[in-house]
Amino acid sequence: MDYQSAYFEFLCRLGDNALILGHRISEWCGHGPTLEEDIALANIALDLIGEATVWLELAAGVENKRRTANDLAMLRDAWEFRNVLLVEQPNGDFGQTIMRQYLFDAWHVLVLTALAESRELPVAAAAAKIKKEAQYHLLRSRNTVIGLGDGTPESHRRMQAALDWSYPYVGELFERDEIDHTVEQKGVVNQSANLWDHYYEEISSTLQRATLQIPAAPHSHSGGKNGQQHSEHLGHILTQLQWLQRAYPGAQW
Amino acid sequence: MVNPSINHEPQPSQPVGDLASSAASTAQPRPTIDQIYKWLASVMDPEIPVLSVIDLGIIREVNWNGDALEIAITPTYTGCPATTAITEDIEMMLRRRGITEIAVNRHLAPAWSSDWITSTGRAKLEAYGIAPPQLAGHPERCPRCHSNNLFRVSEFGSTPCKALWRCQSCLEAFDYFKCL
Repeated sequence: MDYQSAYFEFLCRLGDNALILGHRISEWCGHGPTLEEDIALANIALDLIGEATVWLELAAGVENKRRTANDLAMLRDAWEFRNVLLVEQPNGDFGQTIMRQYLFDAWHVLVLTALAESRELPVAAAAAKIKKEAQYHLLRSRNTVIGLGDGTPESHRRMQAALDWSYPYVGELFERDEIDHTVEQKGVVNQSANLWDHYYEEISSTLQRATLQIPAAPHSHSGGKNGQQHSEHLGHILTQLQWLQRAYPGAQW
Repeated sequence: MVNPSINHEPQPSQPVGDLASSAASTAQPRPTIDQIYKWLASVMDPEIPVLSVIDLGIIREVNWNGDALEIAITPTYTGCPATTAITEDIEMMLRRRGITEIAVNRHLAPAWSSDWITSTGRAKLEAYGIAPPQLAGHPERCPRCHSNNLFRVSEFGSTPCKALWRCQSCLEAFDYFKCL
């Protein structure tokens, strides 16, 4: 695979993760369990959609086919999306949303830290900027997971169920393929640091404090990052996310 | 060709189009960078209308490139919708001042920090009822009664840059500008 194509795909993966998760949690807007949580989720959604704009603008520039970030977000179909399956999964109850967020945030901060050292300067600049926001998200999702896991019997039960449900989607975050190898060779991201070890250290310490058990995870779902097998949920997200541009092509705010 | 009757510093209330067409950039000396900075101090953040873009520390560079004025602006938060509005406000203000060729570019590096809010900006924030950011990660005192008996209601608030706190002494809720 040539570098330009790999770099484009790599940036789409980053952008699509942020876009789809941002859209997912924006679904909580007006439905949060308390006003403060509602506002927090809407704010995090806004940060993620801002992040998606940055990565997809870079991707559009690398692709150089006169597509914009908006074109990439609004006019690609499900099979062209490159987000991991974790972020397209339904929100479930608040516990499931927060667990998914925590498992994502912990990975997100590590990846952005690595990307802040990228040899591609626009990537390094974007990652350094976004990392500051992601760290704040992690601080909150980590504390909420601990508070609810080590909370009432009901909140504990729901958080354990959320972890059991979400955990099989974690593996895909750490899968590496030809695209990753190609961009690593060019120094877009330095993979000498073992992200998984740092990740596992982070989540096992938090989940222990939350009195939650990491499941044995005999299997791991995948197929989103490479676009080969998204879950049925992505198509449903796109019907909402892209509806306006599909119904009224070129509509401007 | 030079028309001395054209006011070098037109009033902001005049319509945009008139000045842009009458004040051709070659017809008069271009404003100095210092002058541009003074004008920028009149462009306010739409969400926090007491803070100018200078107070916020988001203007990173101002340069003339021939007859074109180039301004580099850095977003506070990547997804903050105010950044788009601010860019438009800057362009509109400069057009009113007779500058027609304007490029407002977004710079992500170095990433904006709440440390870049000027000391005047911090004082204006507090006077407006928003506790300025503190390295300790929490407000120093209630912006109204100055008590330090404070309670965090939420890590997030009405805009991406703020969190919601409450003063336990005067019982008022207040915004805290997050440390970024």
